[in-house]
Amino acid sequence: MSKFEYAPAPESASVVDIDSSYGLFIDGEFVEGSGAAMKTVNPATEEVLADVAVADEADVDRAVAAARRAQEQVWGPMPGAERAKYLFRIARLLAERSREFAVLETLDNGKPIRESRDVDVPTAAAHFFYYAGWADKLSYAGYGSEPRPHGVAGQVIPWNFPLLMLAWKIAPALATGNTVVLKPAETTPLTALLFADLLRQAELPPGVVNIITGAGPTGSALVRHAGVDKVAFTGSTAVGKQIAKQIAGTRKHATLELGGKAANIVFDDAPVDQAIEGIVNGIYFNQGQVCCAGSRLLVQESIAEEVTERLKGRLSTLRVGDPMDKNTDVGAINSAAQLERITTLTQAGQAEGATRWTSDCPLPETGYWFAPTVFTDVSSAHRIAREEIFGPVLSVLTFRTPAEAIAKANTIPYGLSAGIWTEKGSRILAMADAMRAGVVWANTFNRFDPTSPFGGYKESGYGREGGRHGLAPYLVEGTVR
Amino acid sequence: MATTTTAPAPSSTGGTHPATRSAQQVSADASGVVGSDQLSNAALRTFLHGLPGVDAVGLAGRAAQLGSRSIKTTAKAWGLDTVISMIDLTTLEGADTPGKVRSLVAKALTPQPGDASCPRPAAVCVYGDRVQIAKEALGGAPIAVAAVATGFPAGRAGTAARLADTQDAVDAGADEIDMVIDRGAFLAGDYRKVYDDIVAVREVCQSRAEPAHLKVILETGELATNDNVRRASWLAMLAGADFIKTSTGKVSPAATLPVTVLMLEAVRDFLAATGVQVGVKPAGGIRSAKDALKYLVAVNEVAGEAWLDPEFFRFGASSLLNDVLLQRLKLTSGVYSGTDYVTID
Amino acid sequence: MSSTTTPRLDVRKTYKLFVGGKFPRSESGRTYEITTAEGTFAANAALASRKDARDAVRAARAAQPGWAGATAYNRGQVLYRVAELLEGRRAQFVGDVAAGEGVSAKKAEELVSAAIDRWVWYAGWTDKVAQVAGNANPVAGPYFNLSVPEPTGVVAVLAPQASSLLGLVSVLAPVLVSGNSVVVLSSQDRPLPAVTLSEVLATSDVPGGVVNVLTGRTAEVAPHLAAHMDVNAIDLAGALGADGITWGELEADAAENLKRVRRPAGETEGDWLDTQSLEAILAFTETKTVWHPKGM
Repeated sequence: MSKFEYAPAPESASVVDIDSSYGLFIDGEFVEGSGAAMKTVNPATEEVLADVAVADEADVDRAVAAARRAQEQVWGPMPGAERAKYLFRIARLLAERSREFAVLETLDNGKPIRESRDVDVPTAAAHFFYYAGWADKLSYAGYGSEPRPHGVAGQVIPWNFPLLMLAWKIAPALATGNTVVLKPAETTPLTALLFADLLRQAELPPGVVNIITGAGPTGSALVRHAGVDKVAFTGSTAVGKQIAKQIAGTRKHATLELGGKAANIVFDDAPVDQAIEGIVNGIYFNQGQVCCAGSRLLVQESIAEEVTERLKGRLSTLRVGDPMDKNTDVGAINSAAQLERITTLTQAGQAEGATRWTSDCPLPETGYWFAPTVFTDVSSAHRIAREEIFGPVLSVLTFRTPAEAIAKANTIPYGLSAGIWTEKGSRILAMADAMRAGVVWANTFNRFDPTSPFGGYKESGYGREGGRHGLAPYLVEGTVR
Repeated sequence: MATTTTAPAPSSTGGTHPATRSAQQVSADASGVVGSDQLSNAALRTFLHGLPGVDAVGLAGRAAQLGSRSIKTTAKAWGLDTVISMIDLTTLEGADTPGKVRSLVAKALTPQPGDASCPRPAAVCVYGDRVQIAKEALGGAPIAVAAVATGFPAGRAGTAARLADTQDAVDAGADEIDMVIDRGAFLAGDYRKVYDDIVAVREVCQSRAEPAHLKVILETGELATNDNVRRASWLAMLAGADFIKTSTGKVSPAATLPVTVLMLEAVRDFLAATGVQVGVKPAGGIRSAKDALKYLVAVNEVAGEAWLDPEFFRFGASSLLNDVLLQRLKLTSGVYSGTDYVTID
Repeated sequence: MSSTTTPRLDVRKTYKLFVGGKFPRSESGRTYEITTAEGTFAANAALASRKDARDAVRAARAAQPGWAGATAYNRGQVLYRVAELLEGRRAQFVGDVAAGEGVSAKKAEELVSAAIDRWVWYAGWTDKVAQVAGNANPVAGPYFNLSVPEPTGVVAVLAPQASSLLGLVSVLAPVLVSGNSVVVLSSQDRPLPAVTLSEVLATSDVPGGVVNVLTGRTAEVAPHLAAHMDVNAIDLAGALGADGITWGELEADAAENLKRVRRPAGETEGDWLDTQSLEAILAFTETKTVWHPKGM
């Protein structure tokens, strides 16, 4: 019993009404799905939250047809300034209903309410606000004087940031005049379905956004559908490769935001206390279920022991448990399957000879939990240094020289993000140049902003989301001569 | 990183109280940490500038995160009482009359009339020439009298005058001395001057059978950068400070949560390096119970629960006490209270 | 003296591959006969194998960091120098293009001029791409945030089958601008301008290995380039009109390591006269975004 025991500070679940079952949102209304319904559970309690419809190929067909109609008859012809006002409305409605969305996100995903409240929902609203302003300024974006939309965008999003990824997908698509069929992840469909209700309030024309639920086969049917002009996917590199194969030889365009295994590089002249925070934020944010997580700590050998000891001290203050408690730092793993994957890879880490340290924080008895874990004595050849674990597990490697750090950071098929910690300005710039990664955080980590492009090099995928660059994947360059 | 040999976690056990060390021990500890017997300006500079840098944005982010903890019900009750017990109830005005000081003492003795369960503040803090009045008014109650000294708040007086000011307060019975460092010397890079100054004031404090504890005010608002605050914190601890204190309250900005987090990191690291546990006192600008609880969270999570003790953490404040009392009333009665239901000092 | 009565026999060129700045024969020892548009013998070209493709990728990988690391100004000067040398060899290119593509001398002149001008156009882009395609991002916080384009890495380029010089330049030059290195597979039936271009490159200041030129059968070599795990991107222009392979098949091969794929613009090859674009440069770049806090 510590002196200052924080009493439970639970957010109230009563701010959101969860229906017992949900249909598909097609052409502006909820309809029955043709497949056998699935269940979505609260990963912190293993309680079923709702039955959710599953879309089969015929449902996908209906959704794409609705999107096509809406694109050709309503959304495409609409002046950009009018599209902009719809998007501004959506941004405002999200902000107004932010508490509801945050609570639902935490219930369905397992992430701490602190994160859904302070990061996911406000950043999602900001994303809509940012792209709203682009809708009537596309000729200034650098993609020709009269850029055009592709048409219908088929979008498949992951479970780690359900609402935020929805915003990253839908906002630029709508701003550019595309219409959308979006499939949320099978384990986290609820905020997308609540978003459909928000669209009702926004009075968005029917068919402009269609939300279909289901698992892999539904997503695959959407990606393969001949009526889809543009595919946007965020998820694993393995599935990303399948999608790239599926659309090969077609005229579909794709944005793929895939896996990562970021190096977070700490030099001996780093601002150590902030670096520790950056390491913690890098790998324990969202239970490490982040594609750009700083899962490989590369620390200069001369301070390696000190940094790892400081890190363990800091980790011992992380509060793991009830995601609805406002003081929880690390919540539940999203699913039993993901917990299994994390467990398997950490066992491999031990089997391959790395040294495991796991926080001795107490874990709840029901639900899916994994305590913050650090592996030291890790070599680049170990699976835990190469494979994406997607959990609160950090692999610590050491280096002696900048060249060695660069080589270790880059020698991996991924290239999504990287971190650099040093107080020396010229070294920051040289290291940033050397990183083969789409996002480089220097003396910070895991920062996101609607204006800032995000996306990977190499097998972390292609295309950018966010910022001016995030418009490009949704536009066909066009010029009036 | 020459500073720490063992890496610190937030401490639950604490360490040696700095005031129990002799001048020789203080000097030896300093030499050990700095790695030089001379403690010359060059040696001090090498050491202080070798401390890890501080990224201002990262520090502010950490403080904001600590400040977002939700402290409710039983934790809040414990926290509010703990805050009261850590307050140095302060009046530092040219207009401080004997009556004003007696009134302050009365408030410290009975913060919440009719509620015996209400804790008392740790100390009252006054100018040196008001120490005797405060001591008499306290009449032996277990509340310390802290005196600001050394030409507070600017400190721009000769060494002899600064030491005489300190001696007067100690002679008048001050239990604690809140000195100011020579910021001019610090910013000019004359670290040895600052060090010697603190050592000399400490000697005066230690000259009494029952030594006065020494709080060293860095005046972080004038040091301007976080790197300077970290260096000044270490310099003060090396010279034998019992507490490092943010501010006089006469310069803006006074105490902030980020600067306090930074100083908590410094005392945590100093404990790891020397085994000596130095206290921290944010002062000035902390007016609400809500803010004070954020500081307690920072103490708990950055330095560790060994600092959750008036011996090692204080709030320098005047109006804070009443806001905490109002919150306390709300917790016990369940209804929001009003300023008519607390006393003014 | 017999010189007035016996016509002089000309000295023919041996057409080879261009790999790592050198001119090897195919490691397979194979050649294939190249004919003019009228069907007469023109030359034997090296028939590249998958191992030649592998060697070319290796050379391109080794050369890429140096090329990307050169200043943009320097890359611009080096590429402009190539245009100067192309101009000096224009008569040879005109002859090659006219014979290979079966166009009039006048048309060949036009095509060669367009190719040289195109090279100049792209040379001028090297130090402007980052300014046009990069920008500061005004994030909602105390951070410096900048996005800049960087080269994708090693790019395989399937040169167009019909347009043997202008088409080749149109797909090769834009890839070089940002600092990529290239493995070009020339037009299968009209490879001679590509080999002549490699001779130009060899005598220019383009570092060895930055451009590697293979001649051979598209259907044989292209799948190995498309599937090669150390190739970062591929331009499939030359899949149009190639026997025995489609761009869709190659795109599927390229998915294995998520290569960036530039698809052919249509289903038949165009005339390449109006095809220079910034998009052709940006198709082989990656946007890198760097964040740093701003604080005292």
